[in-house]
Amino acid sequence: MALRAQFEQNIEVHKYAWPAVVGVAFLAVVVRAFVPKYFVHAELLDLPLLVTLYFALSRRNPATGLLLGMSIGLLQDGVSHVPIGLYGIAKTVVGYAGSSIGGRLDVDHPISRFFLTFCFFHLHQVTLELIRRVLLAKPEVFFSVRLLEASLLTAAVAVGLFPLLDKLRKRT
Amino acid sequence: MRVIQTVQRPLILLATVVLAQVLLLAVQIKRGEVRLIRIAAVWAMTPFQSAGTSLIDSVGRTWNNYVSLRETRQENENLRRELSQLRLRVAELESRAAEAHRLGALLSFRDLNATTPLLPARVIGAGAAETSRTMYIDRGESDGVAKNMAVITPEGVVGKVVETFARTSLILLITDKEGGAGAMLANSRTQGVVRGTGEPLVEMRYVINDQDVAAGEQVLTSGLDHIFPKDLPLGTVASVEKGNPFKLIHVRPAARLDRLEEVLVLLTHQEIPGKKEADTGTKAPEKKP
Repeated sequence: MALRAQFEQNIEVHKYAWPAVVGVAFLAVVVRAFVPKYFVHAELLDLPLLVTLYFALSRRNPATGLLLGMSIGLLQDGVSHVPIGLYGIAKTVVGYAGSSIGGRLDVDHPISRFFLTFCFFHLHQVTLELIRRVLLAKPEVFFSVRLLEASLLTAAVAVGLFPLLDKLRKRT
Repeated sequence: MRVIQTVQRPLILLATVVLAQVLLLAVQIKRGEVRLIRIAAVWAMTPFQSAGTSLIDSVGRTWNNYVSLRETRQENENLRRELSQLRLRVAELESRAAEAHRLGALLSFRDLNATTPLLPARVIGAGAAETSRTMYIDRGESDGVAKNMAVITPEGVVGKVVETFARTSLILLITDKEGGAGAMLANSRTQGVVRGTGEPLVEMRYVINDQDVAAGEQVLTSGLDHIFPKDLPLGTVASVEKGNPFKLIHVRPAARLDRLEEVLVLLTHQEIPGKKEADTGTKAPEKKP
């Protein structure tokens, strides 16, 4: 406990009300499934990934990060025509990695948020592709121009979205 | 020691969670669907999707009714409805009149229409994965929808039902990588298979290189998949290249899959009356499902 308190003293850990976290995560998946019906290009934006990454980087707790990633990923699997567990595993990895890195870097600066989102997007895609190839025997292209566009768009949206989500932080 | 435990616990949790999901994937590969999780997710999501669709439609209708000319809008909607019906009627009349470019599917579709119930449905959302081409409609098991029922529009084939729930269903579009249909070229009646690629265009496969195929040629359903009735419009040939061992044919779907709002579900798995009956003008007795 003393070690944990000392750890949290040196690194700023943000806390959030759990209804806010659950609501934002759920809304992200709903919007992801709903908006492409009206705007086809919205398919490029991975909103559930952004929410997973934001809370992982801010909360800086690997356990909560990976569990939140798992929940969001499984919900995304549940409403898609993909095997359940595909996005679950990928977002679990992103949640864990994001929480681990969040404690070592300045993740509040817009440039670092852009860069981290860009990198984690591709980590997410690599994990998905590994699962498809190794477990599902359904390989797809590892990299394409469309993926690059999607990663840049997602990273750009992160710069604007994350400050809005910062307003959900509990005041200490 | 405490430092090591602080580091190890999240790693152990990560390994446990990932392993559990890998086992879940393995179960699905071996046994098929894990309905409970999917039912729970869809049950949680579709009310919001339906509410969102209704809200946006309401706002859109309010805007159109009070800002645009009200009567003009109503007339426009009536004309669109009448146009869709007339398209079906015109296609039926064309198929009787022309041999080379007639759409035999429309005649079969008219016959099928006379004996087969069609259920209109509204598109309320899409799947949440960027690699899947799926959509949700507001009709489900309570409306008589079942798996592997064909979904169409007056313009052409849309896809098939892959999942059903109480009040909603999941449709797999023909452009999905796992989507497709039995197909044939309208002019030569050459059989093939149309498969989705995840892109807007689909591929027609198993057409030999010796077969003449021109861009712009119509592609129809062959009926051999026992899901889509025969001679329904699938699309038009967009490009043709020689391949090994079969031609590389890209087809543009007839239905506007990126702008679907309402579709029709064919509520039957009955066999379609054969060509022989159409030629003789007789009708086979209806087989009860």
